[in-house]
Amino acid sequence: MPVLCKTGCGKNAVLKRPKTGDVLCKDCFFWAFETEIHYTIIKGNLFKSGDAVAVAASGGKDSTVLAHVLKTLNERYDYGLNLMLLSIDEGITGYRDDSLETVKRNRDDYEMSLKILSYKDLYGWTMDEIVEQIGRKNNCTFCGVFRRQALDRGAAMLNVKCIATGHNADDIAETVLMNILRGDIARLKRCTAISTGSEGTIPRVKPLKYTYEKEIVMYAHYKKLVYFSTECIFAPNAYRGHARALLKDLEKIRPSCIMDIIYSGETMAVKEDVSLPSQRTCSRCKFVSSQEVCKACVLLEGLNKGLPKLGIGKSSKAKRMLDEYHAKQQMSIDELNKEFQANNCIAKGKTCRSGGCKSNGLISNDCQGNKNKNEHLNEKANEMLTVYLLPDDECIVNGISPTDNDQENFEEIACEGSCGGGSISIAF
Amino acid sequence: MPETLKLQINFSGGAELLFDKIKKHNIELPSVRKYLPDSKAEKWTIRELLVWIKGNLLKERPELFLQGDSVRPGILVLINDADWELFGELEYELQQNDNIMFISTLHGG
Repeated sequence: MPVLCKTGCGKNAVLKRPKTGDVLCKDCFFWAFETEIHYTIIKGNLFKSGDAVAVAASGGKDSTVLAHVLKTLNERYDYGLNLMLLSIDEGITGYRDDSLETVKRNRDDYEMSLKILSYKDLYGWTMDEIVEQIGRKNNCTFCGVFRRQALDRGAAMLNVKCIATGHNADDIAETVLMNILRGDIARLKRCTAISTGSEGTIPRVKPLKYTYEKEIVMYAHYKKLVYFSTECIFAPNAYRGHARALLKDLEKIRPSCIMDIIYSGETMAVKEDVSLPSQRTCSRCKFVSSQEVCKACVLLEGLNKGLPKLGIGKSSKAKRMLDEYHAKQQMSIDELNKEFQANNCIAKGKTCRSGGCKSNGLISNDCQGNKNKNEHLNEKANEMLTVYLLPDDECIVNGISPTDNDQENFEEIACEGSCGGGSISIAF
Repeated sequence: MPETLKLQINFSGGAELLFDKIKKHNIELPSVRKYLPDSKAEKWTIRELLVWIKGNLLKERPELFLQGDSVRPGILVLINDADWELFGELEYELQQNDNIMFISTLHGG
């Protein structure tokens, strides 16, 4: 028994909108879907005419729909935007290499330029290599932290005014829940913002903030958009998975709960006497951070030193690792001294000889392999260990403690698989 | 009325990963009384179809596809390319040559 479209257009309805309960035909659904996003963009003042905008593209449903809708609206309402696609290649064989093929297809379909940045080029490590070092337990921490910074770097290279990400209403509601479940007040406060970015950083905007996941998938289906859907091959984030399942169960009973959670997040006020970390720039890489040295640099330092858990594990473990590292360093210093006495030669080659250093010159370009530098690094590692030790509590499921806020909105860009809607989406 | 009910079943959006990565399945259902003799069902509805899918098509991790007697929340069901919420969801009575599609929203974005 066909149901007629609520607008009275005479056509048969094809879906019931979770947000409004309206039953609409295909054309009326497209119109409602696109127009709502248009109003979100206008009301939130997301773009200015003439802006260059990077669409963070993972090849997944959210970023594919975002690119399609932005292109449509840009033409329909004459936004005057120069849209381009920005993708991050984490170096996950069998996952990202496939999804990047989808992004390349988006590039051709939507006639936008595409920039792909790889972890390998930026950090010297692919995720496959990182997982080999760290195992499958904390790899999402590396991936999320690195991706956020990689997007900033890509946006800076493209010289864009802002980055548009594909976070949808379900992702945002889920993040509100996650931040409540973790007691992460700083992130709770800003995770519902439609546009984020402090001074000196490239803002991120979320045009799909009020768009339901169900509608995104239905839109992609009816428009026959090509997107990539596969789970990240590495371990999913169990904690986020529970939050997602809870949300989906609630949505089944009462679909408006997603908008209601976002509304709660938006209007909730943080008590004035709650101290929140202030943002500054990382002393090493100059990107935004709430600490002296940002999380990406600490994680990278750990990887390059052969202490991949430096920014993650329990304090006792990290101390033990560091002690062992010191002992090894001492041995290599002694060897270097012997070599020095034997050859009477400093800095013969241009490559690092301290061992364990994989610096590619982009971030940790301070390693030159002489003994003073080694000692200096030891001090630095010690210092970082005191600064970045995380409490040994339950919240570190994904290596994130409530006090660890240096990567703004990190969680929103966490993992795109079941580990997080990711999120750039890369939707990120 | 023919003995069997011919349907086309489609999986996409990542749901196909639980079905040997095969997206399109042409199936023929026997009479529901033969297949589910203990059930009171007289005719095939989506509810009984899910039982059949679990027993005949689903290859792995059934908990990622089914929850209780329905699909897991987050999996969209389309009956002849329209939202099953318009047709009574589990209660929809299957017709000859119906196309039933399951799209997961739970995979990467």
